[in-house]
Amino acid sequence: MQQPSFLDELEAEAIFVIREAYAQFERPTILFSGGKDSIVVSHLAQKAFAPAGIPFALVHVDTGHNFPETLEFRDRYVKQIGAELIVGSVQDSIDRGTAQEEQGPLGNRNRIQSVTLIETIDRERIDCLMGGGRRDEEKARAKERFFSHRDAFGQWDPKNQRPELWNLFNGAKQPGEHFRVFPISNWTEMNVWHYIRREGIELPSLYFAAPRQVIWRSGSWLPVSDFISLRAGEVPTTKTIRFRTLGDITITGGIESEAASLDAVIAEVETLRQTERGNREDDKRSESSMEERKKQGYF
Amino acid sequence: MNVLRFTTAGSVDDGKSTLIGRLLYDSKSVFIDQLDAVAASSKRRGTELDLSLLTDGLKDEREQGITIDVAYRYFATPKRNFILADTPGHVQYTRNMVTGASTADAALILIDARHGVVEQTRRHSFIAGLLGLRAVVVCVNKMDLVDYREPAFTKVCEDFEALRKAAGLPEVHFVPVSALVGDNVVDASGRMPWYQGPTLLSLLEELEPIEPAAASDFRFPVQLVIRPRTSEHHDFRGYAGRVAGGRIALGDPITVWPEGIEALVNGIHLGSQELQTASYGQSVVITLDRDVNVARTSVLSAGSQPKREASLKAKLCWLDAKAHQPGLRYEFRAPGGQGQAMIAEVTKVLNLDTLEYELGDGSLGSNQIAEVVLRCAQAPTTEAYSDQRIMGGFVLVDPVRGATVAAGMIQ
Repeated sequence: MQQPSFLDELEAEAIFVIREAYAQFERPTILFSGGKDSIVVSHLAQKAFAPAGIPFALVHVDTGHNFPETLEFRDRYVKQIGAELIVGSVQDSIDRGTAQEEQGPLGNRNRIQSVTLIETIDRERIDCLMGGGRRDEEKARAKERFFSHRDAFGQWDPKNQRPELWNLFNGAKQPGEHFRVFPISNWTEMNVWHYIRREGIELPSLYFAAPRQVIWRSGSWLPVSDFISLRAGEVPTTKTIRFRTLGDITITGGIESEAASLDAVIAEVETLRQTERGNREDDKRSESSMEERKKQGYF
Repeated sequence: MNVLRFTTAGSVDDGKSTLIGRLLYDSKSVFIDQLDAVAASSKRRGTELDLSLLTDGLKDEREQGITIDVAYRYFATPKRNFILADTPGHVQYTRNMVTGASTADAALILIDARHGVVEQTRRHSFIAGLLGLRAVVVCVNKMDLVDYREPAFTKVCEDFEALRKAAGLPEVHFVPVSALVGDNVVDASGRMPWYQGPTLLSLLEELEPIEPAAASDFRFPVQLVIRPRTSEHHDFRGYAGRVAGGRIALGDPITVWPEGIEALVNGIHLGSQELQTASYGQSVVITLDRDVNVARTSVLSAGSQPKREASLKAKLCWLDAKAHQPGLRYEFRAPGGQGQAMIAEVTKVLNLDTLEYELGDGSLGSNQIAEVVLRCAQAPTTEAYSDQRIMGGFVLVDPVRGATVAAGMIQ
């Protein structure tokens, strides 16, 4: 008999966690960004319940500043897997006055996404959001649980986390509280890519190199879009780039690359010696910026 | 084994964070931007490149210079993938050590070559034994501070032998290192010619700890029932779970607990694949040849009969900050049962200094380890923890606050 591979083991663990979320919560959902990690979680969720259909709605927090490709992919994907789609709109939160746009040249909508997310959780009575967060992404996430408890304000208290022993996950909660669940906690970026290749999972075209209109800002190539205003000295040029993560288009920088196929991307990722969040401007603000945002309810 | 899950425990001064930083750094598992951040941070503090900063995650920890929770690290070599549960080592973090060890195959124990086996070494070793870890690697660190002399190393090895027996550790390896300088962590050291053994990383690459549950009788705790109710799969009724012991093949007879009803396995599914067998660790959906009453926490078993008792002797580690209140009913959670339970008796409490179980006064507080008798409202389906970790482990949950208050190992 063939020895199960490391990917098989990671898959088995993730499927177990997803099934636990389904068993322990009333309204479990998947937080879907259109990025590769949330696509992998959705794929695993399909596998966990086959031959039954995927029993989770996909929740998308729409900052209004999207890559057009992300929205196209999202709508096609949801139809293909037969899942319900729930959209929380950051623009609606701003219009309602519950969220305020950040001012200044570095202002973006990353931080106020948390407001929209919590509003969506309340509106839809969601008690569990599964996400593609991984412990290898960032040092604050290294201490994250599979089942991460959030209070009624959506806040994470790193000093008061529930111990997780063996594979016993505790989803007990008070009314108004919810859980974030991270089935691929133990995966690394490389594992995710290898799994995508093995399973033949389709990704948005943004992950693959193509000529794109960009400007050079804060050490990476930022795509030109209707949502950014050029600063003094910034001149749009066309570069062959691809994106390592997908987020708000105003802050997601790309890297110069010729990797236009999955195999080429994997070969490139294997040799890259920079973490993938390195091109996200939001993490660079301070040494503990991820931790601060997590405490406030960021995923 | 394609992956080694291991745990380590250590406190402020024994160089644990530096050792892990060194493992990550020398195995080229650190990315440029992470290293840049550490270099900038070291500079602000006026120190040289401080590798320990690679592993100290939370802000409070960086401010206080301590590790207060379990942090998980990942690295890989061409030979193997590693998942490291990095935990604090002080007595008030016993619960974190127990948590980190619960999912590990092996433990890495650090000993300061200048101080030898100390109280904390004893505690870490004992916890490794208690949680059933099969292999332990003892790192005798700070060899640079004892001029790389062999007797300092030999003394630790000899002193550890008594501890090995007391803690019940089947397999122990020793390696002399200097995490600060990098001797014998990833690269062999030229400063200790008397040591011919492997470096720490080669040892970790070669360890093959045996998981007894993999070769035991088949155990399959059911997570949920899959019923598609579609025209294509109209009568499909499958049981989803992860194999907690042994293996099963199509056509094999199994027994469904708690009812004790027998049936045959007629389907094993993983996604759209149909499998012939399912082994320890695999998440699958199993179908049976007849309609049986199966629900979450039911257990499918083959071979020997699983343990079915409402009164259970167990080792219990108290995790919660609030002490146990005698008479309180907790929620018992295990793969093979969930329901009310109470601690009928705190038989003995572990003295963390002497590592002897002593008669207690019935109380049980944070970080304490005790022998207890648990009484469950309904008998769960379990196994002795020493035979099957997954079937033999359980937690107690406070029914009001929802907190996980204790973790137990069935005897």
